[in-house]
Amino acid sequence: MTAALDVRLGTVWKKPPFIKKRSTRILILVMVVIYVFMATIGTRGVANYLAVFGIVEEGFKFGVVDRYLTGIDVNWSRIQRGMARGMQFIGGFFHPDFNTHWVDIKQGMYESVVMTIASTVVGIAISIPIALGAARNIAPLPVYLICRFIITISRALNELIVAIILVAILGFGPLAGFITLSFATIGFLAKLLAEEIEDMNKVQAEAVESTGANWLQRVNFGVQPQVMPRLIGLSMYRLDINFRESAVLGLVGAGGIGATLNTAFDRYEFSTVAAILLIIIGTVMVLEYLSGIIRARIK
Amino acid sequence: MPQIEKNGVKVWQVRDRKSQLTRWGMWFVLVLVFVWSWQVISDNTLWALMGNVGEVTIDITSRAMPPRWSYMDKLWKPIWDTLNIATLGTVISLMIAVPVAFMAARNTTPSRLFVRPIALLIIVSSRSVNSLIWALLLVSIVGPGVFAGLIAISIRSIGFCAKLLYEAIEEIDENQVEAITATGATRWQIMVYGIIPQIMPAFAGIAVFRWDINIRESTVLGLVGAGGIGLQLSSSLNTIAWPQVSLILLIILVAVVISEWVSAKVRGAII
Repeated sequence: MTAALDVRLGTVWKKPPFIKKRSTRILILVMVVIYVFMATIGTRGVANYLAVFGIVEEGFKFGVVDRYLTGIDVNWSRIQRGMARGMQFIGGFFHPDFNTHWVDIKQGMYESVVMTIASTVVGIAISIPIALGAARNIAPLPVYLICRFIITISRALNELIVAIILVAILGFGPLAGFITLSFATIGFLAKLLAEEIEDMNKVQAEAVESTGANWLQRVNFGVQPQVMPRLIGLSMYRLDINFRESAVLGLVGAGGIGATLNTAFDRYEFSTVAAILLIIIGTVMVLEYLSGIIRARIK
Repeated sequence: MPQIEKNGVKVWQVRDRKSQLTRWGMWFVLVLVFVWSWQVISDNTLWALMGNVGEVTIDITSRAMPPRWSYMDKLWKPIWDTLNIATLGTVISLMIAVPVAFMAARNTTPSRLFVRPIALLIIVSSRSVNSLIWALLLVSIVGPGVFAGLIAISIRSIGFCAKLLYEAIEEIDENQVEAITATGATRWQIMVYGIIPQIMPAFAGIAVFRWDINIRESTVLGLVGAGGIGLQLSSSLNTIAWPQVSLILLIILVAVVISEWVSAKVRGAII
């Protein structure tokens, strides 16, 4: 009856699957499930479960793999003890303590702001020539490869790692943080700016070129006006990022508010921690608001 | 068109006098602020120690080379941990970010007055605090280890994913939603057939992009005790074992390049 009805009505429409081939679909699903088990409970945990279902013997070992593929062990009793601290931390936000360590906070913020501004300016100044070199449509191949290499290196190295190395070489203080942030700015800004230059409207640059302009004039009158709004937007965004990053560079001794924050955490002074975090969040929000206004005005 | 008269001849200019002056003033302020900032940094730096920077650099490099390859045996587990922190962290954060994004998007939020501000608050507070600070906090709450890193990465990623996702939801084509609504679909059916197919490419792109970022971030979480390869890095640094440090840095570099390659491939395949 229903089969006959199906023929007359047509079968019910079903959403087409995301991955078309059935075997691939199942294979991916199985691999995902295995990975999640390995990652959460590890090979030891998997062996224990299998033993419960009688698939393997009690105390089965995956051999050498057991040593490496451990899962995430959660120490619940430690968490229970720590929860009180978590509550203290949340409570800290209701009565943040700005006063006790105000001198340290002020000094840290001052250093952070200064580092942010100086590194953003220097970072942008270095990024612009590198971005020009990393745009395939205006740079020759050797220059392109060199500039792309610089960008890749800068993007691959985490700020904190660069900061650690620089602190080892230059000693503690904001200079290491300043160089770190400038270096990190290059990878970010030059990459995005180069992509913008590659996407630009060729006609305008050609029009300038047809007047007999040299390379520099072509870049200044054909390329620059097209990418300027994006450059300013990106710079504002990077200023924001640099400030946020400057807040953690202090953890490794590269100056800024991070050092104060770390000390406060080490002493479990959660009211001071809350105060510092509130200042950071407030500054970030002000910066984001400002950059929003500036970007809206440029467009 | 701005122009200037010179000896009776009109000369074209890019800008008129007023905007030229404002521009000049802005540049002046910028330079002033920069010089002041540099002054402060310079005052806080012991320039006397900078004389032998070259020697120190050469010294450290010569100590760090060649990397101690035998140390690799102790690194497989931290590498696995790092991978897990990044991957599981991304998965957990996406599970939370999706409902938050739907609550934050103007066109899908249940209530603009009550729910949307809460969702936006979640996004802002998760985004403004660096994952390392989250890790610092979580280490003091749940104790040092992979778990703290996992939670820190998840919390940090919620804001990022939810923000990009809710912007994608707000940009969907309303016609398709209307078409589904016209069939008499329920709220959930509208979501599944009208909205989700439209944001799926954006979702996949965001997930892979964030995973790539999380790999980078989880490599350093160990510096504050939150598990992963950073733990080995910090202990090697503390014992001034430069050959180990150089090996770890090399591994991090390789991991980052691989993860970027993977994410570029996946994004290319989806979009």
